[in-house]
Amino acid sequence: MRARNFWPWVALGALFVFNLLFTPGFARLELRDGRLFGTLVDIFQNGAPVMLLAVGMTLVIALGGIDLSVGSVMALSGAVAALLMTEQGQPVPVAVLAALGMALGVGAFNGVLVAYGGIQPIIVTLVMLVMGRGLAQTLTQDQKIRFEVPAFEFIGNGTVLGLPFPLFLVAALALLVGLMLRKTAAGLYLEAMGSNPRAARLCGLRVHVIRLVAHMTCSVCAGLAGLVAAADIKEADVANAGLYLELDAILAVVLGGTSLTGGRANLVGSLIGATFIQTLTTMLQMRGVITEHTLIIKAAVALSVCFMQTPSFERLARRFRSAEAA
Amino acid sequence: MNFVRKHITVLAGALVYVLLYAVAAIRYDGFFSLPVFINFLSNNAVLGIVAVGMTFVILSGGIDLSVGAVMSFSSVLIGVLLMDHHWNVYAAIAAALVCGTTLGAAMGAIIHATGIKPFIVTLAGMFFVRGLAFLIHLESIGISEPRHTAIAIARVGPLPVTAVLFLGFVLVGWYVAVLTPFGREVYALGGGEEAALLMGLPVRRTKIAVYAVSGFCASFGGAALSFYLSSGSHLEGVGMELDAIATVVIGGTLLAGGVGSVLGTFIGVLMLGLILTSITTYEGMMSSGMTRVAIGGLLLAFVLLQKVLTRRAGVGRAT
Repeated sequence: MRARNFWPWVALGALFVFNLLFTPGFARLELRDGRLFGTLVDIFQNGAPVMLLAVGMTLVIALGGIDLSVGSVMALSGAVAALLMTEQGQPVPVAVLAALGMALGVGAFNGVLVAYGGIQPIIVTLVMLVMGRGLAQTLTQDQKIRFEVPAFEFIGNGTVLGLPFPLFLVAALALLVGLMLRKTAAGLYLEAMGSNPRAARLCGLRVHVIRLVAHMTCSVCAGLAGLVAAADIKEADVANAGLYLELDAILAVVLGGTSLTGGRANLVGSLIGATFIQTLTTMLQMRGVITEHTLIIKAAVALSVCFMQTPSFERLARRFRSAEAA
Repeated sequence: MNFVRKHITVLAGALVYVLLYAVAAIRYDGFFSLPVFINFLSNNAVLGIVAVGMTFVILSGGIDLSVGAVMSFSSVLIGVLLMDHHWNVYAAIAAALVCGTTLGAAMGAIIHATGIKPFIVTLAGMFFVRGLAFLIHLESIGISEPRHTAIAIARVGPLPVTAVLFLGFVLVGWYVAVLTPFGREVYALGGGEEAALLMGLPVRRTKIAVYAVSGFCASFGGAALSFYLSSGSHLEGVGMELDAIATVVIGGTLLAGGVGSVLGTFIGVLMLGLILTSITTYEGMMSSGMTRVAIGGLLLAFVLLQKVLTRRAGVGRAT
């Protein structure tokens, strides 16, 4: 019996060791103006949105579902917050709450159609992927919206105890969701439903409500990620915010050991997975690989990890082992 | 009577289309004319060609999210081969078709061999292919090559070449789906994989072939796009997967697989084109954002409608 998250830790460790040895400047850390600077800090600073996405996505995938709309929800929530702060002149808390409310609405829309409408999650969330960004484009009339609101920017690049604020946001959210998963009945229900929805329904679980809540949580996490991303660059860029991040989020969750077939939620694993992806992204950037090209590598990693979770890989591994023994 | 019952979804779709067209013709001046209709055919030709491939995938019970990326990739590849390497037009298109078909077949093979869900494989495929497209050329590329242009402006009677290609794909697609053993295998696979296997049908071959067909159609769509826009474009294929799925579903093909037709998809393409043209150009809501929202809304409406109808008929139980 191996420790939980053995393989994710090994993968992350191997990537770190590789970088420490072969990527110059990877381990450099310095303290300036009461804040730590360096690649390692950047990984957590830039990786915060994916980590937030991964937390929410874990719940949906544990139910055997999927949410492809998270990237668009990021764009939408960033746009709503920026519009309220600039054009409407609303205070920061109102903007933040409205943006998260918008995300919650999208999540409810997804959840209702999946749970009560009985439509496949891919179709519903694919529609939302396209509609969400379309809505954001309509709201902002295809313009980037810049803002100068220090209180809001703190969400993206503030410093607490020398560390970036988003890190604390991730920790708080993960703790909250983690406690819900491990210490309340809701977590048990979630995994029960993911492994066998029919059995869960026959046991009297309110499967529709659970599914709805999971989708809403996932969207709110995405909304939060959108705020962090927008605050970090001081603008809402509807064309690029969260673009392609749904793959990163799914990849993070799958890397962390949550199976796509559902039934298992491994939150810590997802966070390790998200860190792994951001480290990979940062490493590729430091080595001069263009962002668009990293898509190829990420897609290949995603497929291989998915493959390792399938029964056919297990069969292959077993045959390999027995051949070695013979 | 039997004919009517067998083709009820296509006939209903055609009827709705005629009604919508009539409403549009009454509301907007000059809508009811041959040139306008021909414009519909050529404006939606790229989507239509891609959607024919998607029909086969959905009929087989799968889904292909990579079509937009494959289409962009193939248009960019054609652009690069023509402009940077001065290939012959036909050779460039053939190369793009080979690449697209190979990519599709590879995805099909991965789906079959590993048992990973189609949407995950094709989602990863979408990102992979998009990355590949950026690898061969980082920006969209304009195409101005005499022989390419000659094809692009060619006409067959009153029809532009893209419209002819579209109609050709629909006819060939219909023929393959209805009158060949392969078509029947696709329907059987969509009806139930286990049953198809027990019947002794070549499930593996069919599954791989279905994604290869989709890749072929998507890359052909890319070629048509290069004629239509005179460029190889990275952006044009973004969201194309949703448009293609939408047209297939609007055309009456069940997302669960096993039920539907290529002719339905043809009507779906025309219907989507009609509705979008009406709201964007005629009702004056000309914005790409609104268009996306409208397509999404339409798809959802039709999926829900399908759900209600099939539940009543007792087929295609919810999975």
